[in-house]
Amino acid sequence: MVVHDPKEMSSAISVTDVDIRQREVLELYKITKTFGKLVANDDISFKVYEGELVALLGENGAGKTTLMNILFGHLLPDAGQVAVFGREMELGRPRAAIAAGVGMVHQHFTLANNLTVLENVMVGTEALNRVASDRAGGRRKLIALAEQFGLAVNPDAYVSDLSVGERQRVEILKALYRDARILILDEPTAVLAAPEAERLFSTLRTMAQKGLSIIFISHKLGEVMEASDRVIVLRAGRIVAERRTRDTDQATLAELMVGRRVNRPVRQRSEPGRVVLAAEQLGFIERGEVKLRDVNFTVRAAEVLGIVGVSGNGQAALGHVVCGIDPPTQGRLTLDGATMESSRTTASAGVGRIPEDRHAEGVVGEMAIWENAVLERIGENRFSRFGLVNRKGARAFAAELIRRFDIRGGDVDQQVRRLSGGNMQKLILGRNLAGQLRLLVANQPTRGLDEGAIASVHTELLAARASGTAVLLISEDLNEVCALADRIQVIFKGSLSAPLAAEAADARTLGLMMAGVWETAQ
Amino acid sequence: MMDALGILATASVWAATLRIATPLIFGTLGTLLCERSGVLNLGIEGIMTIGAMVGWLTVYRSGDLWLGLFAAALIGALFGLIHAVFTVSLGLSQHVTGLGITLFASSLAYYTFRLAVPMAASPPTIVPFQPWRVPLLSDIPFLGEAIFVQAAPTYVAIILTVIVGYVLVYTPLGTAIRMTGENPHAVEAQGLNPIRIRIWSVVAGSALMGMGGAFLTIAVFNSFFPTMVQGRGWICTALVVFASWKPWKALLGAILFGLFDAYQLRLQQVVAGAIPSQIFLMIPYVLSIAALVVSTQRARVPQALMQPFRRGEH
Repeated sequence: MVVHDPKEMSSAISVTDVDIRQREVLELYKITKTFGKLVANDDISFKVYEGELVALLGENGAGKTTLMNILFGHLLPDAGQVAVFGREMELGRPRAAIAAGVGMVHQHFTLANNLTVLENVMVGTEALNRVASDRAGGRRKLIALAEQFGLAVNPDAYVSDLSVGERQRVEILKALYRDARILILDEPTAVLAAPEAERLFSTLRTMAQKGLSIIFISHKLGEVMEASDRVIVLRAGRIVAERRTRDTDQATLAELMVGRRVNRPVRQRSEPGRVVLAAEQLGFIERGEVKLRDVNFTVRAAEVLGIVGVSGNGQAALGHVVCGIDPPTQGRLTLDGATMESSRTTASAGVGRIPEDRHAEGVVGEMAIWENAVLERIGENRFSRFGLVNRKGARAFAAELIRRFDIRGGDVDQQVRRLSGGNMQKLILGRNLAGQLRLLVANQPTRGLDEGAIASVHTELLAARASGTAVLLISEDLNEVCALADRIQVIFKGSLSAPLAAEAADARTLGLMMAGVWETAQ
Repeated sequence: MMDALGILATASVWAATLRIATPLIFGTLGTLLCERSGVLNLGIEGIMTIGAMVGWLTVYRSGDLWLGLFAAALIGALFGLIHAVFTVSLGLSQHVTGLGITLFASSLAYYTFRLAVPMAASPPTIVPFQPWRVPLLSDIPFLGEAIFVQAAPTYVAIILTVIVGYVLVYTPLGTAIRMTGENPHAVEAQGLNPIRIRIWSVVAGSALMGMGGAFLTIAVFNSFFPTMVQGRGWICTALVVFASWKPWKALLGAILFGLFDAYQLRLQQVVAGAIPSQIFLMIPYVLSIAALVVSTQRARVPQALMQPFRRGEH
């Protein structure tokens, strides 16, 4: 460990002249990493200085996580070097990275749920042949660190009992416990609610003031502008720009990140047609808990009905019921006047579905792109005959989807779990929109996606509407709903408000309704 | 003439319980160690069989009982290593590999036995471990006869349970093993090598299984039969679930099963003729299944059990 006095450094130097006076702590030099044909990192070099907050900005699949996994030793690059405090670091071994002073907060937390916080933190810090773990000493150190950085957590709590925010604190504490001087955070706000994210960034700021250097991965422009000192923009595996945050703005960064000017599509006027989907007094009870109550709505052809609400107010149940996955316990759901049957029949009846959790209900990660492309319609003649899969037809269909919907990350034989979230979503959208749909149910279609992917998903949803498809959009994102929907209903505790015309709805009213204010007013 | 409940008041039923439980304690402990690191080891049945054979053969040739137990542990460790190379290093299916190990080790045991010992009308025998009276403790009335007059490896099994329990809970190594079974990626992120931890856990666990097998030939019986393990390996696999992957509960489970078995043997004599003996033979299994059903409601499975660890894949 290099000993220095962080207080002196940070107080003497303001953010304005970071790279002039501060000490260089990390250098990545000509890092290249390929996976098969995919070049994930292409000749990447940059430096990080003491006490700065660096944002690594890029779309899904730009190579940010790969780069940080190389830095932490999870992956071995094909070429390149890393130097920490001027000394070359051995690559491909997390142990070497930890010893050099690098710590990482993984997006999928690397914690064992069956152990306590203290045990999780201490694994790997003591020789394995010790007769007893020094829990008392570990606890003292952990508590001191937690106090120093404002990361309150109970050392004896089991990780399985912790909230997501608390788990993230444990991840950070693990790195601090190993005396990390450089902390990497992989999409730290992906799992956090807004107040928790704010709290995280204030913690990170404190840590930077104490002399730590922090690199965080993000594709959210707002938080990058707010929290970072410097931005490194990655696109398709290459560094395309390095900017001081105060010298740039969101629009510029968005353009750098995506490689072109990103404009979310604008909804054009359209004439809604016949009623395609109608829900009458729909109710749903799951394990004795009322999830939906007296739900009424209609969706017409060439129309987007937006259902907006705070997460956990029955959206998941609504999505399942409408797609026929769960039968309603009450009421009726009609598609073009006929009562809707189970999910077996909905796909062939021209109902498309974009599930809320694309990993669990949208794709089968272990299967190839072409298999996922035809999963929902494998019974159709063009994809199977006499109980045998027509691979040629299925592959041609998948290739068509890849071309038409710009799915990147591999050819038709690529395993879907290797795709980024945005490309997975494009695949799901594509296989739904390839044919003419009567109804499209889109549940949180842009959750976790980056700017470029959001714009293309919105474009496709509006294109479906223009072609006469009835679109039911369920979303937590008020801006998204306002931009896409012709009519809006708010969901709160399993009930729906009366529909509002998009022109009549403003963000403030809707925000209040999402907090349940309409219910008391009624 | 005893009545059905009176059986439990005899010291001999408790002494038999511990004797019957000993191979299960070894086997369950071994399985527990493997599974806590995230590896299912269905090779146990075969590893116990070959442990029984090697233990017996070593004693037959050398006359040294402790050397026999050691040799059984060694052969168990070797087959554990084979299992680990396939399932951990190469990440192959743990089910298929385990069953393959069982078939291979069982057959190899019989084959080697036949090569080493010529056919005879009655199988050759050794002088097995004799019950050892623990000084002082064995003089306690009832309890002494019930618990403290056992073959020495029984005490080894119980002491090992305490050691494994301590290691898992209180040492850095044990914490790392528990973490490996739950989330090997976490272990890697802490700078340790989950592959190495799994390999050694499987090797150590399999050594215990080998010792469990050997107990049958060098303490319970005095000769080797190819079918003598008789599904004890599978019982151990179930007992680990019953024990919710905790050593002290594993000990309890093994003893419980031993008690059912010892009890039914004596119950058969009490009500001889009235009920077919096969019914009694079923009792331990039926009761074990019942216990499993009740206890596994709250069992906490290691989350990474049966998931191969590959680097760089989250």
